[in-house]
Amino acid sequence: MGVIIAKSLNEACVVLAENPATTVLAGGTDLMVQANRGMQSMDSVLDLSRILELKEWTLKDSEIVLGAGISYTDLAEPQIATVVPALAQAARTVGSPQIRNAGTLGGNLATASPAGDTIPVLVAMDAVLQLKSSSGNREVAITDFITGVKSNALQAGEIIQSITMPVFQGPQEFLKVGTRNAMVISVVSLALVTDYLGRKLRVGVGSVSPVPFRATEAEEFISQEFDWEKNSSLSEKVINKFSDMVADSTKPIDDHRGTADYRKHAVGILAKRALERVCANGES
Amino acid sequence: MSRVQTSDTVTKGPRIGESALRPDGIPKVKGEFVFSNDLRHPQMLWGGTLRSPHPAARIVSINTAPALKMTGVHAVLSSEDTEGMPLYGLEHPDQPVLADGVVRYQGEPVAIVAADHPENVRLALEAIEVEYELIEPLSDSKLAQEAKAIHPDGNLFRKIDLIYGNSQEDGEIIVEGTYEVGMQDQAPLGTESGMAIPSEDGGVDLFVSTQWLHADRDQVAACLNLPSEKVRLTLAGVGGAFGAREDISLHIHLCLLALRTGKPVKMSYSRTESFHGHVHRHPAQMWYRHHAKSDGTLTRIEARLLLDGGAYASTSSAVLANAACFAAGPYRVPSVQIHGAVVRTNNPPCGAMRGFGCVQVCFAHEAQMDKLAIALGMDPVELRLKNALKSGDQIITGQTITGTAPVAEVIETCAQHPTSVGAASEQMELPGGAGRTADPKNIVRGEAIAVGFKNLMFSEGFDDFSTASCQLLDGVATITCACAEVGQGFVTLAQQIAREILGVEEVILAPASTSNVGSAGSTSASRQTWMSGGAVKSACEEVRIRLLSRIAESHDLDVESLVIVDGGIASLSSNFSISLKEATIESIEVEETYRHMPTHPLDENGQGDAHVSFAFSAHRAVVDVDQELGLIKVVELITSQDVGRVLNPLQLQGQLEGGAAQGLGLAVLEEINVVDGRILNPSFTDYLLPTALDMPPVEIAALIEQPEPNAPFGAKGVGEPPAISSTAAVASAVRNATGLDLQRVPIRPTDIVFSEKSEND
Repeated sequence: MGVIIAKSLNEACVVLAENPATTVLAGGTDLMVQANRGMQSMDSVLDLSRILELKEWTLKDSEIVLGAGISYTDLAEPQIATVVPALAQAARTVGSPQIRNAGTLGGNLATASPAGDTIPVLVAMDAVLQLKSSSGNREVAITDFITGVKSNALQAGEIIQSITMPVFQGPQEFLKVGTRNAMVISVVSLALVTDYLGRKLRVGVGSVSPVPFRATEAEEFISQEFDWEKNSSLSEKVINKFSDMVADSTKPIDDHRGTADYRKHAVGILAKRALERVCANGES
Repeated sequence: MSRVQTSDTVTKGPRIGESALRPDGIPKVKGEFVFSNDLRHPQMLWGGTLRSPHPAARIVSINTAPALKMTGVHAVLSSEDTEGMPLYGLEHPDQPVLADGVVRYQGEPVAIVAADHPENVRLALEAIEVEYELIEPLSDSKLAQEAKAIHPDGNLFRKIDLIYGNSQEDGEIIVEGTYEVGMQDQAPLGTESGMAIPSEDGGVDLFVSTQWLHADRDQVAACLNLPSEKVRLTLAGVGGAFGAREDISLHIHLCLLALRTGKPVKMSYSRTESFHGHVHRHPAQMWYRHHAKSDGTLTRIEARLLLDGGAYASTSSAVLANAACFAAGPYRVPSVQIHGAVVRTNNPPCGAMRGFGCVQVCFAHEAQMDKLAIALGMDPVELRLKNALKSGDQIITGQTITGTAPVAEVIETCAQHPTSVGAASEQMELPGGAGRTADPKNIVRGEAIAVGFKNLMFSEGFDDFSTASCQLLDGVATITCACAEVGQGFVTLAQQIAREILGVEEVILAPASTSNVGSAGSTSASRQTWMSGGAVKSACEEVRIRLLSRIAESHDLDVESLVIVDGGIASLSSNFSISLKEATIESIEVEETYRHMPTHPLDENGQGDAHVSFAFSAHRAVVDVDQELGLIKVVELITSQDVGRVLNPLQLQGQLEGGAAQGLGLAVLEEINVVDGRILNPSFTDYLLPTALDMPPVEIAALIEQPEPNAPFGAKGVGEPPAISSTAAVASAVRNATGLDLQRVPIRPTDIVFSEKSEND
């Protein structure tokens, strides 16, 4: 049993190459829960939390690259929040201040929970992950990265280095239902991202299927209906159809946090409200 | 003879009625307070418990041999390794120390382990081989009485048929309803923990966080087959209790392991284990029918109450008695018929929790009062005032209220208090909170008031007493009392009382233990301020009498002329004075036992003078509800409470705020989800306690100070009422906002989203 505190990404990759079974620790907000339940081996641990490269972010051209080690707290800071507001909003819904200080974007992706709060946003934005190992780098689209309930496409020896997503012009919304007003696991969540240049509304949903996904049919419908010139208000009929299409695209389950019926109902409400906020209906 | 020392240099410590800061407050905030979980001993072993994964099963075999062989393991014990009484229980023993042949709830202890390291404990627990033969669990309390007995004592803990008055006539207006309360957890932040240290006399010293040292001591000693003087309990730092620590949890297990290994053993439950390892609030199913005249006068109440006691008795029978006695609420009703039962099931055992049976019925009777107000077309406050109990009235057990009963006062002050909330200005403040789900246009607001009451102290003829001693030496008072400080404030109160009566500044509170004083009774039933406060007061008063007599005698003074002032004794009729320090070079020590007035058992009709005193409270809640998503935000909680007399304003405020938070939790969040006898959410991830975003500041409209006759300083217990009417008020406010019936708490999003509108609206 031992803990290796890596100081650089290269060092971390070397350690992981030598012992691919090593447990990778970032913020620890998911991992330690599992460890305390005896469900996670802590025989050998690689700590990424001191690697400064993982906390960096850059904005260039029409892309933002976020280091995997960026905390939820940092995601919610104005510098990043103004570029990807939905991601900041999602980060703010996570846990308590302590959890948001410790938990990281990369960790949220590695855990790959259906209820991962940032994932619907990343899915909606077609984010791409940069993975690094001692044998090289590769890029994986978010939808290919998350392969199932709490499973991901990381290969032995790989670390999530960063997440890249396009910077879109237009308002963004993230809404999450939980039974408590804060510090709660998502019962259902939805991200709506407008892309004025591409004339596209992008919708990502969480906690309504094994893997967060884009409601593509609903996106196509609403992107056609949306008034890209004047952003004038949409008819109730259009809003309701969009809401229904989003709800119909989901395959939720019953569990102790909510019923499938409720989830389907709620995701439709979230779709409606998000849409109203990004178009003129929200200003009434 | 020396001059009385004037106290310019001495800070005057708080007396009765003044805010006294808790001595443990700052250490707790700084992380320096030693909780039971912080206990350490250089030679200690760690203990652990193997629990049944099944709610109902026969144990075919237990093989501890593989665990015993493991590195670092010092002892592995199952039921066959115990020699004393195999059962324990607070009211009567029916719960096995370790399961013997059968398990009756998920989480029931089956075997215990002591090892040199927590990890070795975990591995040893995994190595114990238990073969179970599963039994279909009895999980529906409605079926319990007809079902095959799951325990030799049968499936009925207690039945009460309470009949008051003769009338069986229907009222002009009748409203009926069925109500349900889910299983709430006390969720104290400190989990069960303690340490047992074997002693040279063959006995054991147990340091544990508990609510009642002496009752624990008696149960532990019986199960260890030791005389009670060889089992010494000392209170370890308690991280909250709320009823969860009234029953035995790890106490006997720790002692068994310490005695077997000859070493100190420490045990500390994880949060998940804690959910399985202590009793909960009884889930309740209630049917009510209220009858009234068309002017709103209540004429009759019928009710059926069914409480799920879970697998073992704990305090179930007393909880049912409370549910029955207080089923009608604080109202005059000439005729009442209540059929109450508390039954055994394979669900988690239930027992004491703040409010003790009154919380469940308050939710129901207040929903009924609102329903009645609607049916009558009457203002709900007016209806409550019209029927409010007052001193001299009878409650439904036929007992006349001889003490104070300012029901109208708590209702009026609470109802009239101005509201201080406007519309939410930030999205975070709307229902859904940090999830940003709502906009102001999605929100409806509701408001409601609820009233509740409860007995103070133990009832039904229980010999309820507390013991305390006071020693005065060198001007310093030392108070010894086994009262368990669980946050209620005895640590400050004992000092305030001693200062008030003896005029001393320095007061030492000795550790609470079974070895230096008699029982203080339980820290529950809102009783310690009255009972242990009463014992301390008696002891201090007797010390004062003896001190003044001694001074009068030795200085040839008239005792009537002596007063204690400014840290000394002075004579009003001469210029004699002496400092308290000098006057008590020779110690004075007195032990007193305090009893409240006797109570009596309920008769076969649930009638009798079963209770000592009653405390009343009202809450008014304002809620915002997002009806489309079923999400709730409580935006204001206003309360008035009947307190007799305020002894420590700051501590009192804390009780009112904390109790209201717990009540709010039950109304909208907190529930142990049990399906087929299994707990689905034994963690704080999914057992949702209110956060700062869920709990508004508590606005105290009024503290009604009508001194209670016979109560020390006229003060009533204040801990439980805040948790009683708050749940009902929040639930009623959500009903008011949505127009839905909402017959169940906690109110779940689906209850709002998928409910039909009430016919009343």
